[in-house]
Amino acid sequence: MHTDTEVAIHARGLTKSFGGTRVLAGVDLAVPTGSLLALLGPNGSGKTTTVRILTTLLAADSGTATVAGHDVAREPVAVRRAIGLTAQQATVDDLLTGRENLELFSGLYHVGRREARRRTAELLDRFGLGDAADRRVSTYSGGMRRRLDLAASMVAAPRILFLDEPTTGLDPRSRAELWTVIRELLASGTTILLTTQYLEEADQLAARIAVINGGRIVAEDAPDVLKRQIGSERLTLRLSSAADLSHAGAVLSAGGDGGLHLDAGRCELTLALQDPDHLRRALDLLHGAAIAVERVELRTPTLDDVFFELTAAA
Amino acid sequence: MSTAIATTAGDLRRLAGRALRHEARTPDALMVNIALPVIIMLLFVYVFGGAITTGSSGLAYVDFVVPAVLLMAGGYGAALTAVSISREMTGGMIDRFRTLPISGWVVPAGFVVASVVRSVVATAIALAVAIALGFRPSASLAEGALVLVLVFGYVLAVSAVAALWGLFVRSTQAAEAFSFMVIFFPYVSDGVVPAETMPGPLRGFAEHQPTTPIVEALRALLLDQPMGNAGWLSAIWLTAAVLISVPIAAVLFRRRTVR
Repeated sequence: MHTDTEVAIHARGLTKSFGGTRVLAGVDLAVPTGSLLALLGPNGSGKTTTVRILTTLLAADSGTATVAGHDVAREPVAVRRAIGLTAQQATVDDLLTGRENLELFSGLYHVGRREARRRTAELLDRFGLGDAADRRVSTYSGGMRRRLDLAASMVAAPRILFLDEPTTGLDPRSRAELWTVIRELLASGTTILLTTQYLEEADQLAARIAVINGGRIVAEDAPDVLKRQIGSERLTLRLSSAADLSHAGAVLSAGGDGGLHLDAGRCELTLALQDPDHLRRALDLLHGAAIAVERVELRTPTLDDVFFELTAAA
Repeated sequence: MSTAIATTAGDLRRLAGRALRHEARTPDALMVNIALPVIIMLLFVYVFGGAITTGSSGLAYVDFVVPAVLLMAGGYGAALTAVSISREMTGGMIDRFRTLPISGWVVPAGFVVASVVRSVVATAIALAVAIALGFRPSASLAEGALVLVLVFGYVLAVSAVAALWGLFVRSTQAAEAFSFMVIFFPYVSDGVVPAETMPGPLRGFAEHQPTTPIVEALRALLLDQPMGNAGWLSAIWLTAAVLISVPIAAVLFRRRTVR
């Protein structure tokens, strides 16, 4: 197994229920020191609950977790000294300026007034907030607010950072800016656990992706491996009748296509393309069976496809 | 140990400073905070004042009512602590504070400290308005100091109970209700009309509820009225309010932030 110097965040069998509803059904995670793990899942899959347990804000019903070598339940104070958290809800003060926010948090880390000022100025600069430093946060854009939130998490220069859906609700440009900042943090040696609902975000940033669904990790692998597993592109074919649909399903299955998804309501069939030639082979098979295809659609896989593939395989 | 106390005191100062900044930056709330006691003072002195007799005290109405209005002025602002704390507990900031190496209770305590500062100032403004309207206190320096202690004790007690309320309720709307309770309490006391003019059960309540001895003690100190046991009763009420609400608030805070 891993040792604590190699693994910055380690969770084993975390469970949590809220009033009879099981939110986590045994989550296992290991994030190697200095790497970024993306926890990918839809709303309600248990991402935030996992983060809250690992950041000492919530106690697990069962299971254990260590962060920076400290048990989150037994040594919460030691864990807090090692981590920074950017929660989903805004955790900066709207009525204060960006500078006042960071100086307040630095002060609460007890770094001394002069050091607090120096660090604040450095963080404002690093996160591109120098010009807005003395404006109230209520005048900030969504992207600026997230960057300030991230800066606030970095005040004590934590070795481990938790980012709970840091780019949800941001426009594409703000998202790209935040990605740049996250890559820089990673390059400077910070270990990061990031949750997201976007496959693309996980792909852009993470060395490894853990897919969470229904309070359980359903897959964990390198982005390339996961993507290969779910295919590069989705091919959707619309057929003219339910009979054709089931016939087409049988023909393609016989031809070696696994992971077919038949949508009877829309009379559509979806499969994952392994390579460009796969498209021609599939159409040839249907042509050979005299099945007319009404419409052909190609698209990149979405999170829905990931879940369909992973839960179907399980 | 002493460094731990110094550290916590520093945290409390930072968080109280933040809460006071909030005050300064919400001018609408600040205006209400200052204007309300002034309006109440004008209302009682000029609208109701002519029709109300001050009973056996023999005081001019402005003199009679000022202590009660001082409590309304200080109490209203202090009661708003419930709203600040409730908002903090339902927002995201509390999560950030809880991941910092500070004691969690410092967060509500910071609001209480800011509330005491703000409410003492609001009371002082109300007193200045009263003097402009013809209120002439005859307090000595020592009596003036005791008035300050009493006002301080009152706003601290109301802030502490408000903190308890703010941690107990789950919405800011419910937290706001506390301000109304606090501002109307002095109405049914010996503060606005003499309790002796009220019907039986109400009079019994008015004579035994906590703001009555506080009003009477303020009158005694400001206007050379007989103190009787009003001073001791006030001290007991205020001390009890703080000593009872602080531990309960601490328990509620722990429960709200339960891990």
